[in-house]
Amino acid sequence: MSDMHQHSIRFVRETMLPQAAPPVAERGIVKWMRENLFSNLANSILTLLALLAVYYLAVETLPWMLNGIWDAPSIRACREILDGNVGGCFAVLTDRWNQLLFGFKYPSEEYWRPSLAFLLLFAAAAPVMFFKYLPGKLLIFTAIYPFLAYWLIWGGPFLAPVVALLGFVAGYVVWNRFVTSSFAAGFFGAIAAAAVTWWLGGVIVDAVAPENSLLPSVPSRDMGGFMLNMILGVVCVSLSIPFGIALALGRQSSMPIIKWICVIFIEFVRGVPLITLLFVANVVLAYFLPPGATFDLIIRVIIMITAFASAYIAEVIRGGLAALPRGQYEAADSLGLDYPQAMRLIILPQALKISIPGIVNVAVGLFKDTTLVSVISMFDLVGMIRGPILASTDWNGVYWELFGFAALLFFVVCYGISQYSQWLERELTTDHR
Amino acid sequence: MNKSVFLGAVTVAGLAAGAAAAATIDDVKARGKLNCGVTTGLVGFAAPDANGEWNGFDVAVCRAVAAAVLGDPTAVEFVPTTGKTRFTALASGEIDMLARNTTWTFSRDVDLKFEFTGINYYDGQGFMVPKGLGVSSAKELDGATVCIQTGTTTELNLADFFRKNNISYEPVPIETNAEAQQQYLAGACDAYTTDASGLAATRATFETPADHVILPEIISKEPLGPLVRHGDSEWGDVVRWTLNALIAAEELGVTSANIDEMAAGTNSPEVNRLLGTEGTLGEMLGVDKDWAVRAIKAGGNYGEIFARNIGEETPIGLARGLNAQWTDGGLLYAPPFR
Amino acid sequence: MTTLTDPPKEQFRLSMLLNDTRYRSYTFQFIALLLVIALIAYLGSNLMQNLRAAGLNISYQFLGEPSGYDINQRPIPYDSQSTHMRASIVGVLNTLIVAFLACLTATVIGVIAGVLRLSNNWLVRKLMAVYVEAFRNVPVLIWILIIFTIMTATLPAPRAFRGDDPEASMLFGAVAFTNRGVYLPKPLLEPMGWVVLGIFVLSIFGAIWYRRYATKLLYDTGRLLPMGWPTVAILILPAVLSYFILGQPIALEYPELGGFNFSGGVQVLGSLIALWFALAIYTGAFIAENVRAGIQAVSRGQTEAAASLGLRPRRIMNLVVLPQALRIIIPPLISQYLNITKNSSLAIAVGYMDITGTLGGITLNQTGRAIEAVLLLMLFYLTISLIISAVMNFYNNAVRLKER
Repeated sequence: MSDMHQHSIRFVRETMLPQAAPPVAERGIVKWMRENLFSNLANSILTLLALLAVYYLAVETLPWMLNGIWDAPSIRACREILDGNVGGCFAVLTDRWNQLLFGFKYPSEEYWRPSLAFLLLFAAAAPVMFFKYLPGKLLIFTAIYPFLAYWLIWGGPFLAPVVALLGFVAGYVVWNRFVTSSFAAGFFGAIAAAAVTWWLGGVIVDAVAPENSLLPSVPSRDMGGFMLNMILGVVCVSLSIPFGIALALGRQSSMPIIKWICVIFIEFVRGVPLITLLFVANVVLAYFLPPGATFDLIIRVIIMITAFASAYIAEVIRGGLAALPRGQYEAADSLGLDYPQAMRLIILPQALKISIPGIVNVAVGLFKDTTLVSVISMFDLVGMIRGPILASTDWNGVYWELFGFAALLFFVVCYGISQYSQWLERELTTDHR
Repeated sequence: MNKSVFLGAVTVAGLAAGAAAAATIDDVKARGKLNCGVTTGLVGFAAPDANGEWNGFDVAVCRAVAAAVLGDPTAVEFVPTTGKTRFTALASGEIDMLARNTTWTFSRDVDLKFEFTGINYYDGQGFMVPKGLGVSSAKELDGATVCIQTGTTTELNLADFFRKNNISYEPVPIETNAEAQQQYLAGACDAYTTDASGLAATRATFETPADHVILPEIISKEPLGPLVRHGDSEWGDVVRWTLNALIAAEELGVTSANIDEMAAGTNSPEVNRLLGTEGTLGEMLGVDKDWAVRAIKAGGNYGEIFARNIGEETPIGLARGLNAQWTDGGLLYAPPFR
Repeated sequence: MTTLTDPPKEQFRLSMLLNDTRYRSYTFQFIALLLVIALIAYLGSNLMQNLRAAGLNISYQFLGEPSGYDINQRPIPYDSQSTHMRASIVGVLNTLIVAFLACLTATVIGVIAGVLRLSNNWLVRKLMAVYVEAFRNVPVLIWILIIFTIMTATLPAPRAFRGDDPEASMLFGAVAFTNRGVYLPKPLLEPMGWVVLGIFVLSIFGAIWYRRYATKLLYDTGRLLPMGWPTVAILILPAVLSYFILGQPIALEYPELGGFNFSGGVQVLGSLIALWFALAIYTGAFIAENVRAGIQAVSRGQTEAAASLGLRPRRIMNLVVLPQALRIIIPPLISQYLNITKNSSLAIAVGYMDITGTLGGITLNQTGRAIEAVLLLMLFYLTISLIISAVMNFYNNAVRLKER
């Protein structure tokens, strides 16, 4: 019996066959190309067209970029070196590097100050951006940063930003002390404390400030180049967030007058282009200031851009507020919290979390829009290019290199921020599903 | 800077109660700086160089005024203005004076309430065309595309000229001089029109200036000069007579080279009065007696300023023409210093 | 016997204004109103003081005075003797023209790019991602300047078309691409030409009616009429037939090089093209993202359900996915249109004479009426955006899911 089996079946395979390689068309790069590039006729045509486009783009730009001249004093010298060959005159970037970054009036021996402030910006932003991974204590540096950066960039007496900081500290202390008893007492007490500190501080600073301070002061008129875009972007976005929150709460408020004030402001600002607001800053606002008082153009522009950004951020936050389930509001009410408490402890933390990607989008848009100040004779990056650099005898006619550089600079910053925003969005998903 | 911008901003409410506008000259002295409005960049008249220093013909007027009032020709804050912003900047007090190739017209003087304090350059609007076009007169420009820099009287003159001669054209308005050059050089317009001095300055920056001609027609009168706000005649006088001092200095032969010598006293009474060794002209003006000495030292007399910034030796290469002294057949005629 | 008495009426005390929630909201609103009024009064009194000090006044008389300048793109008759008012209207029309063209083009670009971003072709998908990211992350002003420079620096000047052996030649002998703009043939209508045009308009209505009829027939009886070729036929045949029957009454006027410029034909200004394309490509990148998000938001179950009903892929897209995706796509699309209209104010950077260029540019410069001009400018944009918002709200209400 036992050997029946042996005879009845001539062959039994006892080991696995070695795995055969998949057919050529079904593996590796070929498979990938078949599936992703040539899956059907239409797709193949699209691929060929795309390849053609890439090829032409490369043929047009690569020699220009690779042949680029990086060291020449003027466009004529540059053309002589190129001697009729295709190539970019990137020498304009090296020649005017500092002007592109800092404008043409910032004292050259002080360039380290804005550079340092720029580097510190990362240190200050990190605790906010990666709040899950960094200890909360670091936020103290973030709080100090605006004053430090102000002092670094503008210079002047060291005491001035210190007093400004002290004002906020005093306000915060008073607020902490009284807010438990009543929101109004905390709020107005904080404002009063800050005002008193600033007033006292102002007197003291004027009295004791040494004539030649540690860092020589630089007037705001002298800010320019990409630094001006950064200053406007960072300052206006940070200032507009608190205003935006206030406007959003106002618009959601049940008090009709407050609601309508906010609605009118938001809709008005969102309805007009930023450039008209900049015209206002430039040619009209001066008429509305008290006689004799003039602000620097940069301050007027900051006011208008902040107003502009606040309206957009208010709409984003309103979206966040509306997206919260009603239960959250009712839960806060049933705990017996009053309005400020409910907002501070329950509603805003959640609403702001939902709104962060939207706020980042507004911030990126706003940062791009800071280039519009070049239209009102401010020398930001684009203003420097369109004005002093292209108008100079040396570099008259170098467009592609300069505009390409500006585009690249903005691309790097904005793309970086938007990638961060997407990462944060994934990070913050707290779906209960 | 004691009153830092930030504290200024936070204590704005306190500032708000500030007194009504004081006399400009006192403001300038208190500030220690003259705020002078200039163009955003026109080589030869006002343009920042590679180091960010402002240079040019209009800039020299600002420096002379600063030297006269404050004793320091570098105590000037140059505020770049566009055609659109210049008048508001002046009217709102952001700048103390405007030296920006501004044409003296009736409506600007009367309707916009400014005071022109003199003429530092007699200009006129002209046309520049490429030589290859074979045009020798502006009247042959029928149907041409003309680039204009906006924000000047240029548009109006151009419209008038073509209407008067009953020929058509197509205007291409451009915001900045650099972009106008780009358009013109690329052939996007057949002709470029602006003040003749501006055309010369622009042509000087071209790679091959000889390929472009400036047409003989000057289609407008453009007396350019510094201006101040209406209603502050004391300050207007300071600017007016600083400019006159520069012009008179050339007429009287006072130059930056010989001024120290002459300031010690000469036997020409007019020179002595101008340089403060005789009479009290300085005090009448509200400055001290050496004001004109300093103003002339700042950049030389009118002739020196002209020669250094836009004269025939420079790439811009403008002849004196109408801007010669009246004694040489020009229009410059400073009222007497007495 | 017990009598029910009202609880004792609380005496109104001043402190209740702050502590009683019923009254506190009135206090806050009152304070807010006071603050706003005070602010307006403060700014107003400053304005009055400043104007008085400068000897100026607010007046709109300048609108009735001759403008004195020329405009190169005139949708309505205008010359330098027309009023500032008319110059502003020309500017308004120019703004609307560029905004309309840019909206149309941006939609086309955006929809194509958005759909291609979901293509199963890897290369195309990546290219579209590059396009979207590159354009979204660079300021629109820089794009406008770049495209304007491309226009002026790479296209030939009209004089390149001159001579026996010109460097450049016209496309099909009819279209000239120059750095001053594009010159197109212009249709010239004889009286009979209007008849042809009328017939064409009628056939558009005919085509719409046919499609409605076919749909109705499909729903009522289940009979499927062909849609594609009859529509094309209805659109083209009558017009073409009548064109030849009536003796070819429509001629084309070709642009010809004469003097300094091309004459005849229609000129599309270079600045218009630069602004139009820059706005379209820039906004197209945003619309592409909206379209992609809209299509992805339609849940897969919908596609699968449709497939299990036996619908073919094209019909799944047309009948199931798109109608749902549109509900998500259209609101952000409309706000992109609003953005285009507002961004068109950057025309000032390339010298296109829109409302910012006429009223907010040359008129403001020449008259020095800064406050009045800027105010009118803002009012115009505000009106446009309020109209667009109203349209959007109307649409949102119309397509809102009717929940039962």
